[in-house]
Amino acid sequence: MWKYILKKLLLAVPVLLGITILDYALMSLAGSPLDMMVGPRITEGTIAARAAQWGLDQPFYVQYWNWLTEVLRGNLGYAYKSGQPVSEIIGSHLGPTLLLMGVSMVLGLIIAVPGGIYSAVHRYQKRDYAVVSLSFLFSSIPGFFLALIFVYFFTVRLGWLPSSGMYTPGVGGDFMDVARHLAMPALVLALGVAGGNIRYIRSSVLEILEMDYLRTATAKGLGRKIVIRRHALRNALLPIVTVIGMQIPTLFGGAVIVEQMFSWPGLGQVTWDAVLSRNYPVIMGVCLLSAVVVLAANLVTDILYALVDPTIQY
Amino acid sequence: MSTRKSAKSRPIIKRFCHHKAAVVCLVILAVLIGMAALAPVIAPYEPTKPTGKFSQPPTPEHILGTDKIGRDMYSRILYAMRVSLLVGFLATLISTAVGVILGLVSGYFGGAVDKAIMSFTDMVMSFPYILLVLVAAAIFQPGMWSIVLILGFVDWPGVARLVRGNVLSLRETNFIKSDIAAGMPRRYILFSEILPNTVAPVLVFATSVFALSILDEAALSFLGMGVQKPTPSLGNILEGAESLSVLTDKPWLWVPAGTVIILLVVCINFVGDALRDSFDPRNEE
Repeated sequence: MWKYILKKLLLAVPVLLGITILDYALMSLAGSPLDMMVGPRITEGTIAARAAQWGLDQPFYVQYWNWLTEVLRGNLGYAYKSGQPVSEIIGSHLGPTLLLMGVSMVLGLIIAVPGGIYSAVHRYQKRDYAVVSLSFLFSSIPGFFLALIFVYFFTVRLGWLPSSGMYTPGVGGDFMDVARHLAMPALVLALGVAGGNIRYIRSSVLEILEMDYLRTATAKGLGRKIVIRRHALRNALLPIVTVIGMQIPTLFGGAVIVEQMFSWPGLGQVTWDAVLSRNYPVIMGVCLLSAVVVLAANLVTDILYALVDPTIQY
Repeated sequence: MSTRKSAKSRPIIKRFCHHKAAVVCLVILAVLIGMAALAPVIAPYEPTKPTGKFSQPPTPEHILGTDKIGRDMYSRILYAMRVSLLVGFLATLISTAVGVILGLVSGYFGGAVDKAIMSFTDMVMSFPYILLVLVAAAIFQPGMWSIVLILGFVDWPGVARLVRGNVLSLRETNFIKSDIAAGMPRRYILFSEILPNTVAPVLVFATSVFALSILDEAALSFLGMGVQKPTPSLGNILEGAESLSVLTDKPWLWVPAGTVIILLVVCINFVGDALRDSFDPRNEE
């Protein structure tokens, strides 16, 4: 087992390095942040000085190498202009994003797991079609449009929920206040991922329901409910584990748009601003973090899979 | 071969027709695509020229009202569908082509080539892809063609993995083994034997890529990183809809365009799902 984990870890390292090279190359193609500085009060000399200060006068591979060696020493670099350490920027925005992603993931599972199982158990009945159609609807509504609809109903019409920020400025900050701000963005994200997951869990459970051991269990004279609860659900854990792993990149991506829509003060906002102002160190920091998170999630999924499914060899 | 194929494809059509919802969706899609294609003929006004009062509610002259600078919303939506469908279609075409080629090569040759291609696929896949799209959108000037290229070169890993898996299992079948034993040229085996046998799953997968591309184009254009004004797209005509005054008092500016996106994507997904079911040999009655 340990050997298997080690092997997977070692395999993840070149992928991670590859991602950072890809990021850096893409970003450098995007154009230099110095282009954004051009203005009437800025002389050539200032720009040259800035280029030297930020290391932008060196070729691409040297810049990348400098960045990489600094990262290995634990230094993610400093944001252009403000000079704030990137790790500090990420650290102060990580909490809200983790909260949003975590709540969305749990909500998504609460919707998708029972939905998918219910649908599979009642296969080809009206209830099944209803759940599947609903799941198609969830995955077909663009997140930003669902956000608009939610704001229209819950903020404009009903006046129940605030439509932006994380807490009411000045007064708020307690649990209920944050929860009220969190409700809409988390639900938008959760419904988006739940749509696809319902169908994935449904088809996995359907496959399990056709297995011989379930036929045996039924043939033994066990009741339908016991067969499903004791035998089918336990084996359905495997696809659920996979779903959790698959959700993470989707959630991370969705968070960027949803945070933008609801002015949620998380990493998505930071990324958006950094991309617009070509703040290389910040972009690289966020990309590195997301790559690590995604690879770690894949690794954990693989390990859980190996633990749950004895037929997987390692 | 051809007679066998037509005899085989008939039950596929029959099985597809069993999915009533999918048949309805196919009809809706055909109508919407027809409207988009005929936009220059059926649109009552120029989509980029102001022809009425500002932000006018629906009237007999402007059945979906006008936008904030007086352009006819119905005409704009027709042209926007055209742009969004074209972006989705071309992006799907590119990503499917890239995915099929990489998947074929990877699955057939195996070894170091396979390892290299698959770890590259992993890289692209494990990247939260909105970041890739955002960074890429910042590189190229945002616009219709760059969004096509960006989505096309981001969406292929799924197809590549699917094709590779199919090739791996096809390589073990007797008809491919006999081809190899008979000394058939590699190109023939790859493109005339293996490729036709993976068309069905690729087609099904492509429908979901098509749906996703339309959603992504809409989101990016809405946020200002995609198709640029004045060219209308289903995403960028919703720009400005997040302001509370538009949301409350001017529903004609956001409800119809949003409904069209949802309708398109729901229908594509339903058709794709029915296709998956009809191609699946396990569903043979």
